[in-house]
Amino acid sequence: MSELFTTLGSYLERPFVVNALIVGVLIALCSSLLGVTLVLKRYSFIGDGLSHVAFGAMAVAAVVGLTNDMPLVLGITVVCAVLLLRVGKNAKIKGDAAIAMISVGALAIGYLLMNIFGTGSSNLSGDVCSTLFGSTSILTLSTFDVWMCVILSVIVVLFFVLFYNKIFSVTFDESFAQATGQRAGLYNLLIAIVIAVIIVVAMQLVGSLLISALVIFPALSAMRVFKSFKGVTVCAAIVSVVCALIGLLTSILAGTPVGSTIVAVDIVVFIIFSVIGKLTGGKA
Amino acid sequence: MKQLECENLTLGYGSQVVLTGLSFEVNEGDYLCIVGENGSGKTTLMKTVLGLTKPLDGSIRYGEGLSARDIGWLPQQTDVQRDFPASVQEIVISGTLGRGGFRPFYSKADKALAESAMARMNITGLKKRCYRELSGGQQQRVLLARALCATRKILLLDEPVAGLDPKVTADMYELIDSLNKDDGVTVIMISHDVDKALQYASHILHIGSELFFGTRDEYRIYEADKAKGGDGR
Repeated sequence: MSELFTTLGSYLERPFVVNALIVGVLIALCSSLLGVTLVLKRYSFIGDGLSHVAFGAMAVAAVVGLTNDMPLVLGITVVCAVLLLRVGKNAKIKGDAAIAMISVGALAIGYLLMNIFGTGSSNLSGDVCSTLFGSTSILTLSTFDVWMCVILSVIVVLFFVLFYNKIFSVTFDESFAQATGQRAGLYNLLIAIVIAVIIVVAMQLVGSLLISALVIFPALSAMRVFKSFKGVTVCAAIVSVVCALIGLLTSILAGTPVGSTIVAVDIVVFIIFSVIGKLTGGKA
Repeated sequence: MKQLECENLTLGYGSQVVLTGLSFEVNEGDYLCIVGENGSGKTTLMKTVLGLTKPLDGSIRYGEGLSARDIGWLPQQTDVQRDFPASVQEIVISGTLGRGGFRPFYSKADKALAESAMARMNITGLKKRCYRELSGGQQQRVLLARALCATRKILLLDEPVAGLDPKVTADMYELIDSLNKDDGVTVIMISHDVDKALQYASHILHIGSELFFGTRDEYRIYEADKAKGGDGR
């Protein structure tokens, strides 16, 4: 046991490990905060859909030959998020179908583009695989990446704290909010933009296939046990951060893939919370 | 005092017209019941009055100093709400958010307002309880308290007794009636139940293939005439 801690200690002395932990924890925090809203609004799959859009956008950026693909990827993802969350309600193709359509469409087009035009790399399936399942790039973050992540996280958390009451109101009853003069449309737009930003940043951590897990698992776990919106939100944030930490440390020590390890921890916690919820008489 | 005046409204969504030539007015302290068959446009009318959808034609005028946001609303429950993790207090106080301005947190006044609304609805004891664990009648009281937080001038109720058992239904009608008579809140209610409407309402608006607007007594005469006309043939 003490050996394990010595190994861990020696890892923690390396800056790249510390960077990975900081970024991992921040992304987990941000995604869980909005996760509660998305799950309750029945938009659980939007994380999945948007991350596939981001994947498609990355493919386009690679084909065009952009060295810094961030602005393009972020732009396209934000537009899709707004389309899905805001316009989606009145559109002819409804919620889940629209998300599924955009999701698989973007995935297919992205892979197709990468295949036809080639990205110069000889290991195409390797590239695709790492984008889908999260690469080890979380362990090779530059200082710039870390700072960007910190700044974005601060913005997201600030947004969430300042708009907490409005987010609650819009999530619980959008029509009532609108009818009594709250600017529901604006809040929805902001939520859509923030969720898109989180997803683009979080892709580095777990990859586009597993991103939904970061968004929904902490929220679902918290809902098993807590009964107020505030309780659920705070609990989801804590669960998400703890799971991300455990997952990251385990993956470093055991050499397992980062993304799937974190998600595995999330699943275990969900099961534990479900049992607790059942035992304490909460409605599971 | 006139609070709401609708003139020659045409309602619908997109290119589909649901209702034409609708005119009525609501004065302070009125208790208006909107009755009509399913699909006659009751909910569309309500959403139009609330400013959620635009009328295809005609005009809606609000009384002096009033606007669409002075109307408190008790919507029908949605699926999302049925299993929503929120305490009663959190829901009731969210009704104060429409009072304008960007304020990230609730003020003392907001909290006091929520307290008094909960006391009025007799749900102070349920304050910390989880919404999804309440009975249907209790949930309606919570939403009514939230509507009272938004305004005490006009309340718009969309089938407030749908799905409630007879005893709770009767209590609900009494409560709404007392809000109207004792607190002077103008009530506009959509209802399926014409008998109850005639028992409590001061005015009736019947929409559908035939339009009728008038006081309760005028509606009784109108109905009786219709019945006679039917017999005479």
